[in-house]
Amino acid sequence: MTEIDRATPDPDRIEDIWGARTPYGAGEVWPGRVDTFLPDGTTAADVDRWVPSACLLCSNGCGLDIAVRDGAMVGVRGRAEDRVNHGRLGPKGLFGWQGQLRDRLTEPLIRRNGRLQPASWEEAMTLITDRSRQLLEEKGPLSHGFYTSGQLMLEEYYTLAVIGKAGLGTPHMDGNTRLCTATAAAALKETFGADGQPGSYTDLDSCDAVFHFGHNVAETQTVLWARMLDRLAGPNPPAHVTVDPRRTAVARASTVHLPVRPGTNLALVNGLLREVISRGWIDHDYLDAHTVGFDELARTVEAYTPQHVADLCDVTVRDLQAAAEIFGTHERVVSTVLQGFYQAHQATAASVAVNNLHLVRGMLGRPGAGILQMNGQPTAQNNRECGADGDLPGFRNWNNPQHVQQLADLWDVDDSVIPHWAEPTHAMQIFRYVEQGSIGFLWVAGTNPAVSMPDLARIRRILAQDSVFLVVTDAYRTETTEFADVVLPAALWGEKTGTYTNVDRTVHLSEQAVAPPGQARSDLDIWVEYARRMGFRNRSGQPLPTWDTAEGAFDGWRDCSRGRPCDYSAMTYDQLRGRGIQWPCNDEHPDGTERIYTDHQFHTFDDDCETYGHDLATGAAVTPVEHRAVRYDGRARLKAAAWTPPPENPDGSYPLHLNTGRTVYQFHTRTKTGRAPELAAAAPDAWVELAPEDAAEHHIADGDLVRVESVRGHVEVPARCTGTKPGSVFLPFHYGTLDPSPSNGADAKDDVAEDSADPSTSERPHAANELTMTAWDPVSKQPTFKSGAVRITRVDQSPTRTREED
Amino acid sequence: MHLATYLGLLETGCSTLATSYRQVADGHRDEPDVATLCLRFAAECDQQKARMSPFVRTYGTHPDGEPERLHADGLAEARTGGLGLLRDLHDLYLLATNLDISWTMVGQAAKGDRNTDLDATVTRSAATTEAQLKWLTTRMKAAAPQALLVAD
Repeated sequence: MTEIDRATPDPDRIEDIWGARTPYGAGEVWPGRVDTFLPDGTTAADVDRWVPSACLLCSNGCGLDIAVRDGAMVGVRGRAEDRVNHGRLGPKGLFGWQGQLRDRLTEPLIRRNGRLQPASWEEAMTLITDRSRQLLEEKGPLSHGFYTSGQLMLEEYYTLAVIGKAGLGTPHMDGNTRLCTATAAAALKETFGADGQPGSYTDLDSCDAVFHFGHNVAETQTVLWARMLDRLAGPNPPAHVTVDPRRTAVARASTVHLPVRPGTNLALVNGLLREVISRGWIDHDYLDAHTVGFDELARTVEAYTPQHVADLCDVTVRDLQAAAEIFGTHERVVSTVLQGFYQAHQATAASVAVNNLHLVRGMLGRPGAGILQMNGQPTAQNNRECGADGDLPGFRNWNNPQHVQQLADLWDVDDSVIPHWAEPTHAMQIFRYVEQGSIGFLWVAGTNPAVSMPDLARIRRILAQDSVFLVVTDAYRTETTEFADVVLPAALWGEKTGTYTNVDRTVHLSEQAVAPPGQARSDLDIWVEYARRMGFRNRSGQPLPTWDTAEGAFDGWRDCSRGRPCDYSAMTYDQLRGRGIQWPCNDEHPDGTERIYTDHQFHTFDDDCETYGHDLATGAAVTPVEHRAVRYDGRARLKAAAWTPPPENPDGSYPLHLNTGRTVYQFHTRTKTGRAPELAAAAPDAWVELAPEDAAEHHIADGDLVRVESVRGHVEVPARCTGTKPGSVFLPFHYGTLDPSPSNGADAKDDVAEDSADPSTSERPHAANELTMTAWDPVSKQPTFKSGAVRITRVDQSPTRTREED
Repeated sequence: MHLATYLGLLETGCSTLATSYRQVADGHRDEPDVATLCLRFAAECDQQKARMSPFVRTYGTHPDGEPERLHADGLAEARTGGLGLLRDLHDLYLLATNLDISWTMVGQAAKGDRNTDLDATVTRSAATTEAQLKWLTTRMKAAAPQALLVAD
């Protein structure tokens, strides 16, 4: 146990992001390595108890224990036995929890005379329910919108879904999962009929090739990359192929790096498909037995010859063919897809094309052969499953009356209450309705749209409108709370009990370890209180929701998920204590299911599918009649689309492509990580990455202050002249107008700031979303953050740069 | 031989719809999905019209006596607000439907005339118009409750 007793991480996990290598070979078990962080001289002997949980600071969901002493969080250690991480933690997992210890909101705030002032819960909830009731009477439920997060827990999403769909009856519910993971869901639904990850992380233990489609796993999921690095350091390492305009750590470790021109992902994958088909690397028997649509697919990709694709994407024919050959000739290929594809235009079509690559080779449903349409957030999967993203809970189909009736029976409400006349309203449309004044009540929980949504000048205008009553539930003062009419203080991770599900369907239980600060309450408690005060009831007169505890919500969810692809029916809190379980978990599979689609029967039966699908080019819905006519009957849908140019291209005035993304040290809008000393120090400010050629042309050197400008706004950030593709710039998106740095305000030991104290503002604009555009993928409705045209000018030389260097 | 009458209808129908799509795109720039797709659809209408030109040269387009009332008027100008968007999409739907049934008529004549080139061209164009109609239907169904029940 000496490893676990280690008081500080060894070596410095800010410098050594992925930690020491523990090499292993194909088919072996990934060796364990327990990472621990107990700051300030605390040792394991000082810890009163370790509370099992899982990390919430990326979509990996690493199992960990929270160290508690005297009722406070004092550290974390990875759980060696956890299937996701085998004991490891990344920098955010090790250090990020400290951000919960300062600057917390401890009592409700109400806007009085233009300023947020402390108030009681009674005052705040009365104000909320008065306005809610008034609007319901005047305009009906479509006047209400909810915009939540990928950070809440399953129990909270399901509770909100029941309130929204069975209590209020509004289709205007979405989460910030729309910004990061909507395309993962959409791509899986289009191809396989329902959301749900085909692969498992254990596929990485036996694969012989890994493809990264727009996925910088080294920074976004550090522990997953550690697993890949350990295979690379072991015998018979897999080949890696990376599609990314930046030369990331993943790209550097890859056999083939395809630095695509931004906006050409679909052309590239169509080219790979054409090459795999024309070289005969396809499985005809598999296609015949398990898919529909191959002829149409082959026709669509026929035009994407290697030379044409090389020209469109600005890659070499040789690299393209080398990548296709790796895909076509290896026996166990894993593909991972993330924001490089999801946050670009034609996001769903490009991600579906990756599914197609696997299907034409029959490359799924067995060890080492898998697709990981990644998630960007730790509980994104739950938002999708439970319906807080607007979908019907349990991957049910809004266009299937039987599915709607199942929910009506379960909730004991009339089916007409449940909004099911169209697809749910996506986040960008919710904000449009707010802008137009038809949504007059917007409840934002656990997210910070004033930093994370595109075109921030517009978002600020919308949030500031008098026509909307804005409720914000958060743990901190944020850029968004500053527009609120009411702010409710929320309990965070470790301060409440709940479950969440990671990318590979692993469910973890995280039990309350410490009390929330001051009067902060869990989102579940807050929404149940709203529902009770509003008097929502089912047909039998019972209150809706029928539960008021996390475990009660989980039991409700088990019933709701029974028989659906995301089946939790045999899962209990008792079983989840201390281990992760992969859904589906039912009477047939009481210990969960490592890999789905092992029988190659997909969720495309008419009465089973979550969606009848869409035209990938326009987003037009396929009708039930059209779907029935094809008779998919469990076979995967091979769908294809032609490449089209992105909505905004560089021109003479704005000559560079904009690309935005994450840094390894920060999460989201820095509310937690920006308050963790090690992480804040490692990435205190935004920057812009420039190709050396572009930097030289503008006389810019490392550290110079650069103005980056689009037609929508500008930022001023220091330059880093390295890495990215010539003609494109990269900005991290985490930085807003407020500065949550731990050096601000109270000393680290002082838990809580004055509630009514206004937070400090950063000196220069450095939010990447000042530049981004209001545009989205037609199917997933995910905004195209990695798109748009910008120009750069030097504002100031770096203080460390001499005149001679200029 | 009245096929020319319908070829004229198609040509005018493509132009009218293209112009109307562009008007809607321009008038509803704050609805980026509408604006982007309407511009793409307008370009598709231009291509449909261009693909018809060899057949227009063969059969002609404007014989005497073509009934003018068969031509649908395009949008005068884009409307504003949630209801305005819905009504503009509704107008586009009617124009596209008019074009859609015209493709059907000309396709029937092409089959009767054993003109396989014309039949193939019409089949391809009809699929494009059908895809536009499906999108218009999807978008209007999503927008209608908000526009009709809640919007100012």
